[in-house]
Amino acid sequence: MTTGYFGEFGGRFVPETLMAPLNELWAAYQVARRDGAFRKELAHLLTTYAGRPTPLTFARRLTEELGGARIYLKREDLLHTGAHKINNALGQALLAKRLGKTRVIAETGAGQHGVATATACALLGLECVVYMGEVDMARQALNVFRMKTMGAAVIAVRNGSRTLKDAINEALRDWVASYATTHYILGSVLGPHPFPEMVRDFQAVIGREALEQVKKAEGRLPDTLVACVGGGSNAIGLFHAFVPHASVEMVGVEAGGRSMEPGEHAARFGPGKAGVLHGTRTLLLQDGNGQILPTHSVSAGLDYPAVGPEHAYLASIGRSRYVSVTDEAALAAFHRLARTEGILPALETAHAVAWALEEAPKKSKDHVMIVNLSGRGDKDVHTVAALSGVAL
Amino acid sequence: MSRRLDAAFAAARAENRAALIVFLEAGDPSLAATQRLVRAVAEAGADIVELGVPFSDPIADGPVIQRASERALVKGTSLAGVLDLAARLRKDGLTTPLVLFSYANPLLAMGEAVFAETARRAGIDGVLVTDLPPEEGRLFVSVLRAARLAPIFLVAPSSPEPRLRKAASQSRGFLYAVSRAGVTGARAEMSEGLPEFLARVKASAGDLPVAVGFGISTAEQVAGAAKLADGVVVGSAVVRVIEEAVARGEDPVPHVTALVSELRRATVLKQT
Repeated sequence: MTTGYFGEFGGRFVPETLMAPLNELWAAYQVARRDGAFRKELAHLLTTYAGRPTPLTFARRLTEELGGARIYLKREDLLHTGAHKINNALGQALLAKRLGKTRVIAETGAGQHGVATATACALLGLECVVYMGEVDMARQALNVFRMKTMGAAVIAVRNGSRTLKDAINEALRDWVASYATTHYILGSVLGPHPFPEMVRDFQAVIGREALEQVKKAEGRLPDTLVACVGGGSNAIGLFHAFVPHASVEMVGVEAGGRSMEPGEHAARFGPGKAGVLHGTRTLLLQDGNGQILPTHSVSAGLDYPAVGPEHAYLASIGRSRYVSVTDEAALAAFHRLARTEGILPALETAHAVAWALEEAPKKSKDHVMIVNLSGRGDKDVHTVAALSGVAL
Repeated sequence: MSRRLDAAFAAARAENRAALIVFLEAGDPSLAATQRLVRAVAEAGADIVELGVPFSDPIADGPVIQRASERALVKGTSLAGVLDLAARLRKDGLTTPLVLFSYANPLLAMGEAVFAETARRAGIDGVLVTDLPPEEGRLFVSVLRAARLAPIFLVAPSSPEPRLRKAASQSRGFLYAVSRAGVTGARAEMSEGLPEFLARVKASAGDLPVAVGFGISTAEQVAGAAKLADGVVVGSAVVRVIEEAVARGEDPVPHVTALVSELRRATVLKQT
């Protein structure tokens, strides 16, 4: 058994060529995370550049309208570049510098991780190449332009489903050939060890802050945490500090898409079976022959057939649970949060909001719920307008 | 467990040449066509045939094999179908060793034990799993060995000596050396460091034959690689010939026969 397992999930299922760079990365990360200078530099960038700490906002009007749980929003949408992705991109870009790499590659679905990586590379003077599915480039044209403006090359991926899964395939193919000069900034708690653990560590700042903030606001631990789950980096970032606090319920919200028919959703818990994709053993949407199934979600960032291995593990031991929300419910939540709180959430984030809208009324008035507002919705305005029949 | 593979390398060595290993993507353009192609490739002089199991997300493959994999999947090719094909080839009297070349997930979906037993009965000789390094493959190795199948691991220029030795000790039949950092597919030139790398691999492999692959497409490259290793693998170049013939509406068999015959001649070591 190698390191990098969460129960039976995780591991390193990669071509031999990548084993050496993964070992190199793991060794460098183990040193860096204990190195005061590295931690200080990252903390400094998170504070003075990215905008941490982010507030915990009490959603007063929404709470009153729903008449149940007290809803708090952890405002990762207020970070520079508009989503939690910058936490990880800055951490890994600093690590790339330590490793002496001059070029960075990344995959992106919704474009938020691509934008965060392009940003970190511009800041630190690294060459940046972002792989993005052609379908996603069309639905996230704004983010493509942002990346290019910051000097990144955005490469359209025209293979397979032309979404996040295929962008990761292409980034891995690049890395197999380029690892000597290139670091791969994987954007979620996915892929081969050490990525799931390392990306979680960089995102865990979300939960550490939220824990302090909710204690200050409510004088106690929250009852429920809610976050959307594509690969699962914002969710694990919020959950991690709360895992030892068994009374805190942790709920991940997946993309229920149009229906639960194969190919129409990206809900891995339930129909998903354990298998290996993109270097990790986890729950996958696959057919009986082990071929990966296509997925659908209105949100590019949740449109992915596998889930981070630590989520599969937390679910297997009953510590967290996973539910799904349809495209339609997510869109309704987008509008509702905009009207009641003056916040446009990303369509990914809107899935978590939708679950909160449904569940909060069933809870008592002293129930405290934290929704991870993982990203802002500016990038989705065109999609939402088109779905509402408005031409911009 | 690696009787046919061992014999193939011994025979090639006796003829003062490297063994020629030809890769075909099973199911491209159909399993029936692959059946004819395997026979043709064997008759044209391939010592070992690698059957690629198509996978939806082939991260170790370049565009040529990616497209072949997609075509095979569109035709509904599954691992079970590929094993059936092997069984039919054996029933028809094929004696050439067959090595299955797969990604991990189709094997896991079938179940390792069921897979190993089915593959043994189908007459498969060895199994190579692209995304299964030795660390993750321990259980799989024991399951394969119990079914008398040869596990074949890959080594790469980035592999340090301890990894070379580990991969060699876990492999049977031969050790597969990836010629360069990168995905499968033809390259204009061979990697500069190849002689030094293959010397390192040979030193770690002991008596186990070493085959080199990835990026080898022309007779000239085969001749160069044959001097450095016990076997030479050609994949994308053959798959491309099939793709082009099918696109022109022609039978790929004569084109593949011509290419493999030429490659086979190139495996012979010139006396110096």
